[in-house]
Amino acid sequence: MNSSAAPVVHLDAAAGEPLHPAARETLLAALDAGWADPRRLHRSARHARLMLDNAREVVAQCLGIRFDEVTFTPSGTHAVHQGVLGLLAGRARVSDLLVHSAVEHSSVVHAGQWHARNGGRVAELGVSATGRAELTLPEGPIAALALQSANHEVATLQPVAELAELAGDVPIFMDACASAGRLPLPAGWAAAAASAHKWGGPAGVGVLLVRKGARWRSPFPSDDRADERATGFENVPAALAAAAALQAVTADAAEVAARQHALIDRIRAAVAAIPDVEVVGDPEHRLPHLVTFSCLYVDGEALVTELDRRGFEVSSGSACTASTLTPSHVLAAMGVLTHGNVRLSLTRDTTADDVEAFLAALPEVVGRLRAEAGL
Amino acid sequence: MSESSTTGAGGGDGLVLDCRAMRCPAPIIELGKNLTRVPVGELIGVAATDVAARVDVPAFCRLRAQEYAGETTAEDGVPIFWVRRLS
Repeated sequence: MNSSAAPVVHLDAAAGEPLHPAARETLLAALDAGWADPRRLHRSARHARLMLDNAREVVAQCLGIRFDEVTFTPSGTHAVHQGVLGLLAGRARVSDLLVHSAVEHSSVVHAGQWHARNGGRVAELGVSATGRAELTLPEGPIAALALQSANHEVATLQPVAELAELAGDVPIFMDACASAGRLPLPAGWAAAAASAHKWGGPAGVGVLLVRKGARWRSPFPSDDRADERATGFENVPAALAAAAALQAVTADAAEVAARQHALIDRIRAAVAAIPDVEVVGDPEHRLPHLVTFSCLYVDGEALVTELDRRGFEVSSGSACTASTLTPSHVLAAMGVLTHGNVRLSLTRDTTADDVEAFLAALPEVVGRLRAEAGL
Repeated sequence: MSESSTTGAGGGDGLVLDCRAMRCPAPIIELGKNLTRVPVGELIGVAATDVAARVDVPAFCRLRAQEYAGETTAEDGVPIFWVRRLS
């Protein structure tokens, strides 16, 4: 039990937003009404099927796409794997080359490694110092491109629509996990993925989006569910709760984004004033709620631990905070300082007072850790 | 930490900090502490096995307005990252 008196300020929304009240209410009601197998023909099953179809319809409306382009998956990661590998499978006769940006989420990178282990080829698009993908495509036929809507570590928005113009008939997979529910989806993708717990839905709900007419083939053993892309017994209550949360956050998205954008501007300016601190990512063309910075001479793990002790929950891309002991591939690809790294992402409830309290604590924490290191 | 003098990037001699087996940010802390031991215009090297050093030494140079002078390899195969002191 943490008996510390400091109130907890959660500044790690990119890892997971607290469950939205709309999701909680829907989930509790749906647990009782949506337990049956939506594939069966009896009354209980029809209830469940109605709820699942409703969830798909709501998600489709919120994201501006068609009902039958939405599939619920057991996680965002699974949706990414299905999206990337399914587009590659659909283009196997044309090429075996996957091209993704150097700053994709690890789920995209791992899908590429799986593809390579199965004999395919993978190439990377480099990025600028702000983490924006450089749109120089390799020569020869390409099976599929993967570019995120926005970077999950440094907030920089990616030029998906511009890539689509260059790509011609090469399909684009877009990892939209970082931006879905916060910003409208960019145009030009053939398949995309999002994750409900990042917009205030429950964990264990991913969304795979495949545009009508896209050449997508199941890369894994298929199943006989609500649609060709779904596998396993659908978690209907969680899917409906995810849809309810998305509907609620989409309704407020513009207002929340404007407020968060201004708070992050404030943080970027204040943190940049601390000596030897590098604030990274695009300052303007970015996610509204997220900022990353690195503090010279500071141990990332110590920084996260000390901030937590003072009631501020943040994450870090520094090597010492990763199980692999390698620094964030995103920070490394950008060429920015990888140690002493803090990623801060606001929840929908983060207030200006929360931000000011964090900004009051940070210089002292950084200064103390530097003094301990003898600097 | 032990240290040695060796031939640096571009053929010049310089002080080399032995930061083998140190984890980030320790090699950069050593660099920060020892930079002023070489005269302005001279090289200081960081021999580091930590993979973060390849990114963090150039980033240090950008933040501290020093010049990153490239990478060589020590006799034991460990990379040495070179910094030219500018101020």
